[in-house]
Amino acid sequence: MRYLPLIWAGLWRKPVRSVLTFLCVLVSFLLFGALHGVSAALGDIVSSMSDTRLRIQSRVNISEPLPFAHLARIERVDGVQGAGYYNFFGGYYQEPSNSFSSGAVDIARMGIMFPEINLAPDVVEKMKRTRDGAVIGEDLAKEYGWKVGDRIPLRSNVWVRKDGAPEWSFEIVGTYTWTNNIPSNELWMNYDYFDEARTFGNGTVTLYFARIADAKRAAAISDEIDRLFANSAFETQTQNERDWIRGRMSQAGDIGFFINAIIAAIMSALLLVTAFTMMQSVRERIPELAVLKTYGFGNGTVVSLVFGEALLICALAAGLGLTVAYFAEPPIYRMIGAGGLRLPWSVIGAGFALAAALAVVSSVLPARRAQTLNIVDALAAR
Amino acid sequence: MGTFRQIGAVTAMNLSSVPSRIGASSVVVIGIACVVGVVISVFGMTRSLTGTLRDSARPDRAVVLRSGASNETASTLLVDAIATIKDAPGIARTPDGDAAASAEMMIAVSMHRKEDDTMAGVTVRGIEPAAATVRPEVRLVDGRMFRPGLREAIVGRGANGEFKGLGIGDQVALRDSQWTIVGTFESGGDAQESRLLVDESTLLSAYQRTAANSLTALLESEAAFDEFKAALTTNPTLSVSVERETEYYARQSKSINQLLDFVTYFVGGIMALGALFAALNTMYSAVSTRAVEIATLRALGFGSTGVVVSVLAESLLLAAAGAAIGAAVSWLWFGGNTFAMGNGTSSLVVKMQITPALLATGMVWAVTVGFFGGLFPALRAARLPVARALRAV
Repeated sequence: MRYLPLIWAGLWRKPVRSVLTFLCVLVSFLLFGALHGVSAALGDIVSSMSDTRLRIQSRVNISEPLPFAHLARIERVDGVQGAGYYNFFGGYYQEPSNSFSSGAVDIARMGIMFPEINLAPDVVEKMKRTRDGAVIGEDLAKEYGWKVGDRIPLRSNVWVRKDGAPEWSFEIVGTYTWTNNIPSNELWMNYDYFDEARTFGNGTVTLYFARIADAKRAAAISDEIDRLFANSAFETQTQNERDWIRGRMSQAGDIGFFINAIIAAIMSALLLVTAFTMMQSVRERIPELAVLKTYGFGNGTVVSLVFGEALLICALAAGLGLTVAYFAEPPIYRMIGAGGLRLPWSVIGAGFALAAALAVVSSVLPARRAQTLNIVDALAAR
Repeated sequence: MGTFRQIGAVTAMNLSSVPSRIGASSVVVIGIACVVGVVISVFGMTRSLTGTLRDSARPDRAVVLRSGASNETASTLLVDAIATIKDAPGIARTPDGDAAASAEMMIAVSMHRKEDDTMAGVTVRGIEPAAATVRPEVRLVDGRMFRPGLREAIVGRGANGEFKGLGIGDQVALRDSQWTIVGTFESGGDAQESRLLVDESTLLSAYQRTAANSLTALLESEAAFDEFKAALTTNPTLSVSVERETEYYARQSKSINQLLDFVTYFVGGIMALGALFAALNTMYSAVSTRAVEIATLRALGFGSTGVVVSVLAESLLLAAAGAAIGAAVSWLWFGGNTFAMGNGTSSLVVKMQITPALLATGMVWAVTVGFFGGLFPALRAARLPVARALRAV
């Protein structure tokens, strides 16, 4: 610690070079945070998914409706503790670019199907009493500045009202959050109200949920549900939630690969830049290091001075870069349809670990040189 | 005249010393190669995607939807409305004298991708006989056309290449029925090639529906659009919206384009900034290594222009080398590949095109970084106080 002023002075020996190296590292870690933050956040969503909740959709395609009569039969399957349903609404506010997840549900069943939800009992009661009520996620409420009691007009990408009105209007009766930190950015309306008002598809839902007690039996129960409806006009495909989201994510697999390729390219280019700058900086200062050694500084101390300089510049720049990424990330998440997320701490941790590794790698050769230098030769600038 | 000879001599001397500074110089080359690689790849994706959608659309075709519906999925057109629309003025005629308009229903079917076996949605579109006139770009390349009344389908080349089980003779399971694929078609690499086409009335009866999603009409000319639109929107029995096909596709791809543009400018821009800092660093180092040499030249009477040009030339040359590497890598890696974009209900198979215009764009980014990365160090080299630099010997 007491050598900190010395290391600091070393950095300001060539201010232009130090500042440029600093900026280079900063920019790299900003990109690292922003890009790795995207893939890490998606990974967090996968691991937050339940393996004791089954998701039942049409075998043909998610856009194919399932009849409401399936519900009672699913509930009777051995091992199923309860079932719920969801009808895709595809809502947006004013402009199609303001789209968010929205669906028609039975709110009481949602509370049972999703134990990880924070939903007050009086909100459920109020929702039951308000036919055109809606429950919205707190993150969604924040994004659009909506409050409980507001009446909001929505349009749908899919559904048209029987009465010909172009907009659906809902009264916000309450909000919910998730206990496991995934963004709460959905709007839920009453299925009964929705089903009565729409022109087509009446008496059907987009998907069913079924809660089971034992994750080990998920595959067997899924098969049993699918067997129930085999060879009917509405065959089903049942998966536990975690397997389903994994399948969805791997569709974006090319993009993940692309992101990682960019990160790898940036990091290797950065390593090269920093390593060369450090080496050059030490090379120019060989006589100074020799002077330090003459004064009686040990090999270890000189090596740690060289290393400390690399570490200081990397840690400061990485810290600033990751801070900027932390604040830049929420709009990026919103853009990819995952508004309400924050940059995971794991990314910041990984960033600092990477910064330390960068400092070590780029100071190995210069430190070795500083350690083995011959004082007489170095002072003579040979 | 002398100035030019000086510049030439100093630049040549400088460039010939680059190999001895190969380590530091490669920093610039690699940094810029990364930037150019990313810029070309992401721009390539955006351009190929918009190209595919643009090729799908013609300004003399109109898309009719139920008013208030922003896309085909949300729209329904009942049989009597369809008949009224087909009577509207401005529609071209088929060789048989019918209106060149096709009312179309669409559904989606989940298929396994060849690449990794994951499921993605493929659009199945019912088309009417007049579609042959409406979309003359659709050409059978293999097998035969589906027969009306039979559960048969033809598949676009893109969908055929991307998904399993979409070859001729394969069966596709739609709701409670099996449909046989009897032919493959191409349509110039547009969005249509990512779909299955079937007979509209057969599809309607299989799904027990009486309404199509949309109607596409070929107009007599581009100018006939206004007349066609006016006739439909002023008809009190109809409640429809009419758009040129070009506008419809542009609207559908707007949000994905915004996302891709953001990726390009955000990631590409930050990377370029990083590469600029790296280039500045390297060139400042190069100048400081050559301080004595430069001072000697100046003492001998060489002007500062030569020095400036020599440093700039080095930086630009390194940038160009980096750009060439980045362009080559992205071309080898992505050129001609297809990638599929989409969600659970529809997919778009896009062929990645690395065009000369894209390579030129990459070169412009590289040269910009190289120029500014060399300019400031070059100016410093020119202002170097001769006496002090020489004393450092």
